[in-house]
Amino acid sequence: MKMNWQILVVDDEEIMCESMAAWLREDGYAVDTASSGREAIEMARRQDYAIYFVDLKMPGGIDGIETLMEVRRIRPEAAIIIITAYATVDTAISAMKEGAQEYIVKPCNPEEISLLVSRIIKVKNLQRENAILRKKLAKQYQFHDIISKNARMQEILTLCQEVASLRSTVMIRGESGTGKELVARAVHFSGDRAQKPFVAVSCAALAETLLESELFGYEKGAFTGAAERKKGKFELADGGTIFLDEIGDISPKLQADLLRVRHERSFDRLGGSEEVKVDVRVIAATHKDLRAAVEDGHFREDLFYRLNVIEVQLPPLRERREDIPLLAGHFLDRISREVGKEVAAISDGAMRILLDHDWPGNVRELENAMERAIVASKEGVLGEEDFRFLQGNGSGRQFRAPAAMTLAEMEKLMIEATLRRTGGNIKEAAASLGIDRSTLYEKLKKFGIER
Amino acid sequence: MTEIALARLAGGMEPPAAGVMEEMRQALEDVFAARVRVAEVRVRVPEASLDGARGQYSAPLVLKALLEGTAGMGEKVLGVTSEDLFIPMLSFVYGQAQLGGRGGVVSLARLKQEYYGLPGDGELLAARARKEAVHEAGHLFGLVHCEQPECAMRLSTNIRQLDLKGDALCLGCAALAMEHGR
Ligand SMILES: [Zn+2]
Ligand SMILES: [Zn+2]
Repeated sequence: MKMNWQILVVDDEEIMCESMAAWLREDGYAVDTASSGREAIEMARRQDYAIYFVDLKMPGGIDGIETLMEVRRIRPEAAIIIITAYATVDTAISAMKEGAQEYIVKPCNPEEISLLVSRIIKVKNLQRENAILRKKLAKQYQFHDIISKNARMQEILTLCQEVASLRSTVMIRGESGTGKELVARAVHFSGDRAQKPFVAVSCAALAETLLESELFGYEKGAFTGAAERKKGKFELADGGTIFLDEIGDISPKLQADLLRVRHERSFDRLGGSEEVKVDVRVIAATHKDLRAAVEDGHFREDLFYRLNVIEVQLPPLRERREDIPLLAGHFLDRISREVGKEVAAISDGAMRILLDHDWPGNVRELENAMERAIVASKEGVLGEEDFRFLQGNGSGRQFRAPAAMTLAEMEKLMIEATLRRTGGNIKEAAASLGIDRSTLYEKLKKFGIER
Repeated sequence: MTEIALARLAGGMEPPAAGVMEEMRQALEDVFAARVRVAEVRVRVPEASLDGARGQYSAPLVLKALLEGTAGMGEKVLGVTSEDLFIPMLSFVYGQAQLGGRGGVVSLARLKQEYYGLPGDGELLAARARKEAVHEAGHLFGLVHCEQPECAMRLSTNIRQLDLKGDALCLGCAALAMEHGR
């Protein structure tokens, strides 16, 4: 068991490094050494060490505390033990504040170090055993509410299990309907926060001021109508997880506020002066390209890096078509039970339609399609005719660039489709197409379209 | 058959008693499939290895001097000293050995009852010395610390823990040591 754990000893004095490493190796650990903070940080990037022994005083730029901070950023789960020749209260406090597991003064009693190391490793072994146990318990293709046999999805689900009990922020990216919230829930409910609240907030659905009071709460009298003190979502999620959906849509002011919560794990309620301390794991999601938003200056870079600690990119349904029969079957079971209809199967022809469809709305669109078909079906088996609406005339957001079609032909089709939708109403069609009425009349004449 | 040289470290340091050396030699032969002989070694321990303020010798520096002074003297060499040993991180060590390597050192300083202000006890010292010899030699045979309460490879960080364990290897450690010796 011990052999699986690696330890890094960081000290500028070689004899100090080597003798400590030799002593730990006798205990069965794989031990590496680094002679500077810079080297230690490099090694932390490449290798996941369970424990770091870091000397406080090292020459050459990066001292023990800075090394500690940087390693904690790269490896938030690692245990870092700061070593010093002299105990000073100041450095002890700053080391502990920056997240050092322990602070020891050399020379240290061997018994003390041995107990400290075995205590840390015991906890790590337990965490690892739990993770293995959970993996065994999970059903073959189902992880919480996520069903997939797609290799990429399986990788994502494994990652979710591995990071479930960490405190690190997770950023889930994916098109709408790919199941970002399901993934967030799966992370929460398979980790050690499972018994604590999971609070979901859609950032896009609320206006800025409303969102701010939603997130942080307010004191009585904070604004007109604030008759009672109200707890914000962050407070409600204390000890658990907050899921911030559509994080790409929040204002610069809220970005700054969120950064503070991430940084200091505290915030103020609206109209309040007292700081509220919280322990909340943040899982954020967006369908936007946040990296591009950072480059454009629409999203704060520092917040992006704080949120993007663990990145999960969900594939669209059209890139995991092998899951369509699995998902369709699952929805068939669930929805037919919910609506009280005896629909037992999906015909081969219907399945072909489902497999051929591009699903711009992803899993959610599939779920809606299944519901619509089940509700409307008259037979015990869903047939091709039950899914005709999927092949309809551009009724939705579904769009496939047709081969061998000119832009002019496309424009003509587009105008015809819009007019059909508005029932021939020119004013409405022009507004919908984003052109003025006289332009629309010109185009109707040009393409010979009948109103 | 592996050859172990049990080196009595002298030269600037008080040499350990011959009786204790023989006890350790016997223990090693009992436990390891090895031929063990006691060698008289006058190793020049560097000045720098004595930390005046601590009154202790640096285990890695003594080990280095031992390895240099005994080149070609047996496959494995275990030095025995009466001086107290330390490594920079720790207040003391009973001994130190290269894991699966050639050399190790054992200190008798803290194995003596006198160290704890008690009257001397030759038998107790011999028993402790046997355990330490087997333990450090075990490291030379590639063994790491063992959780078995009786096993000599159990880590002891104080004298009480040393007295609680035995001077033989548990079955698992014995098998691993044999594997290594082959
Ligand atoms: Zn040992
Ligand atoms: Zn053992």
